[in-house]
Amino acid sequence: MEEFTIPPPRTNYLNAEYGIKSWLLTKDHKRIALLYLGSVSFFFLIGSLYAMAIRLELLTPQGDLTQSSTYNKIFTQHGIIMVFFFLIPAIPATLGNFLVPMMIGAKDLAFPRINLLSWYIYMAGGIITIYALLAGGVDTGWTFYTPYSTTFSNSYVLTTGVGIFITGFSSILTGLNFIVTIHTMRAPGMTWYRLPLFIWAHYATSLIMILGTPVIAITVLLLAFERLAHIGIFDPAAGGDPVLFQHLFWFYSHPAVYIMVLPAMGVVSELIANFSRKNVFGYKFVAFSSLAIAVFGFLVWGHHLFVASQSVYAGMIFSFLSFAVAIPSAIKVFNWTATLYKGSISYDTPMLYGLGFIGLFTIGGMTGMFLAALATDVHLSDTYFIVAHFHYIMVGGTLLAYLGGLHYWWPKISGRMYPEGWGRFSALVVFVGFNLTFSPQFVLGYMGMPRRYHTYPADMVSWQVLHVLSTAGASILGVGLLIPLIYLAWSLRYGRIAESNPWHLPGLEWQTPSPPPTENFLETPIVTSEPYDFAPEGTERTVVGKFEKQAPAQT
Amino acid sequence: MQSWFPFIPESASTLSGDVDAVYFYVSGVTVFFVTLISLVVIFFVIRYRRRNAFEIPRPIEGSHKLEMLWSVIPLVIAMSIFVWGAKVYFAQYRPPQNALEVYVVGKQWMWKFQHPTGQREINELHVPVGRKVKLIMTTEDVIHDVFIPAFRIKMDVVPGKYTSEWFEATKPGRYHFFCAEYCGMNHSGMRGYIEVMEPKDFDNWLSGNANQMSPAAAGQAMFESLGCVSCHGANAEGGRGPALLGVYGSNVVLSNGPAVKADEGYLRESIINPQAKIVTGFGPIMPSFQGQLTEEQLLGLVAYIKSLSTPKPETPTAKPPATGTPPSANPVQPR
Repeated sequence: MEEFTIPPPRTNYLNAEYGIKSWLLTKDHKRIALLYLGSVSFFFLIGSLYAMAIRLELLTPQGDLTQSSTYNKIFTQHGIIMVFFFLIPAIPATLGNFLVPMMIGAKDLAFPRINLLSWYIYMAGGIITIYALLAGGVDTGWTFYTPYSTTFSNSYVLTTGVGIFITGFSSILTGLNFIVTIHTMRAPGMTWYRLPLFIWAHYATSLIMILGTPVIAITVLLLAFERLAHIGIFDPAAGGDPVLFQHLFWFYSHPAVYIMVLPAMGVVSELIANFSRKNVFGYKFVAFSSLAIAVFGFLVWGHHLFVASQSVYAGMIFSFLSFAVAIPSAIKVFNWTATLYKGSISYDTPMLYGLGFIGLFTIGGMTGMFLAALATDVHLSDTYFIVAHFHYIMVGGTLLAYLGGLHYWWPKISGRMYPEGWGRFSALVVFVGFNLTFSPQFVLGYMGMPRRYHTYPADMVSWQVLHVLSTAGASILGVGLLIPLIYLAWSLRYGRIAESNPWHLPGLEWQTPSPPPTENFLETPIVTSEPYDFAPEGTERTVVGKFEKQAPAQT
Repeated sequence: MQSWFPFIPESASTLSGDVDAVYFYVSGVTVFFVTLISLVVIFFVIRYRRRNAFEIPRPIEGSHKLEMLWSVIPLVIAMSIFVWGAKVYFAQYRPPQNALEVYVVGKQWMWKFQHPTGQREINELHVPVGRKVKLIMTTEDVIHDVFIPAFRIKMDVVPGKYTSEWFEATKPGRYHFFCAEYCGMNHSGMRGYIEVMEPKDFDNWLSGNANQMSPAAAGQAMFESLGCVSCHGANAEGGRGPALLGVYGSNVVLSNGPAVKADEGYLRESIINPQAKIVTGFGPIMPSFQGQLTEEQLLGLVAYIKSLSTPKPETPTAKPPATGTPPSANPVQPR
């Protein structure tokens, strides 16, 4: 089908320099993205091992695999590793780092050194946290609720806290870099409304990173002071309030959910538009709904405290605002669906992940209604219903989008194609395994099974049935995640050489060789058309010298 | 124990049906929208699959009408859920009148209950069917939570204050309750049973275990032994300190102006941290009892002060444990 293929350029960002120093001291956003890709994958692997241990333990009502104290450390560390070291950096620091400059036609991020610094900070925090896990672990739950974390826990709370405190700064620096880059380094002609939605989503995410992350830093610092010096801020005996910690913690940690899911929404907007060869339906609504989510996301933290002795009236206000924040997400789902209408939809692996995201994110979002509604939240909070809900958002949402994005941009990143058949197969396995893992947990939660339980009553036969289903699903999910790990690694050496634009797309990142040269573009691109413009009328739409012309529409 | 369909929890309180109604409404909305979106997506994906590698569809900009439609409809549905959920929640948390008040103290990793008539229980609570029961709860260490799935209620138990929840059981039976706020090593072992009994059986059970001092009586003894009488008066009629007769439930005017309602939390604070809210006309002379009283002793003092305002409960108190066999042995333990 191709008239000609561009041979891989002699030098690209991967072979421009060799040696360990050329990687560890690189200022190239693409190489830094790969550093992040490697480290994020490493942390994901550790977090997944913990998840396997949890699922195995819950096969039976008794605690027969581990001690309670060990189990408590396992779920705590699963949460900490997955949230702070995988979900938050996964998409922005890898795909975002690689693509934000490329999509806006820039040579690099605004502050390349700060970008490298952010990776070192992330690794420093990560290594300290890993040290805490190896030294003896931490057992407070990833939420660190006081006074358990300040006074009663005998585990490595402080060390872990230091790790999280440090890592937060990497997120602030990434956010700062993205905002400045998007404001100042867009290519000529790249107006705000010509930005791909991936960029809008990362812009909104960056706002939360900059405004929210300092709050978790302060909170962890107060926790450390309280634990070390007993300053009394969270201790009622000294005039403090343990619930204050929960307010501070969720003031960051609820917006942090949007740090995890907004970039995923950006990826999915790209996947849906590009693999149906359509511009996104209601572009401005999708773009501004990202900003709306970023802003309203700061006003709903209190819905984590409906049963934490917060006042009834505060509960009502937070419930109301939580329903309001659901609307921008609903708008996105409807617009993605409408984008498919009269499109030319391909069934390539990235699109399968994108479509899977729509379904699972819809379920995740809708089940959030149960938790925003006061009456049902009282029954469901701190049960497996919540566990299922946020895994639908974070695994069904963020992880699926991350995998979809990784496959989509893999030819650009690596210069190689992944095996399409295996890709589709594993996408299907992940989808089935995921649903089997987490849908039984909705029922478990409604039945009353509390979260963070090492053992459960043996007379609840239906609970065990549901746990067995969930563990079976997790095994399938594990296989589904292992397959891409193997074939992506395989493709680095044996995959078919990728063309510069294997999907035949108009985005700027595809108008340059794969893998791109260090400076991204051979000459500065000039943007003259709207985003997702597949067939501009009578124009040479791109700008970069070596561009394969799109075939004209057939009908 | 199990209902006809083993994946629906037992529903055994006056409000559990209301919660389920909201639950089923939201479930219906969820199933409807998930099905709708899935079907539309699947239909589009099949109908508009790529048939020709070179086809390029006509771009569609969007539609303000559609955007309005799919913003307003979800908003209206969301608000309906909000209003209904808030209404039921309000009923769940409005403290009932004339409830049987049970004091609950959580500690790592056990639950201690005390009935107003003095009976103590551990990890098990006997209550009568058809009567409102209010749990007044606190903890000696970390945050815990009393979660009774069959009654659809849950409330954190927070150090330094009293929280409460209430229920009226509708069916006799034995229901699980759980600690639902992670509290350390043996968190998942911090669970027990609510034993709901016919009122007659409950009275039998009470009288079979009536050899203990009621919290109010214990509080009165402490009121004397701690020297409270020297300022508040031998009969709590007042002196250098304010009178405590009738103070519970009244509005107390403070020396710095505002008035507060004297509830359990206020009474507790005034013992632990007397300088926080000083009654107008009195000096800041009361010493703090911070660290000198266990949560149970504090609850006793609070119960005594409350008893100075409310008529004594008519439930039997000091009958000898002769009549009938209690349906379940009552564990009496020192801690």
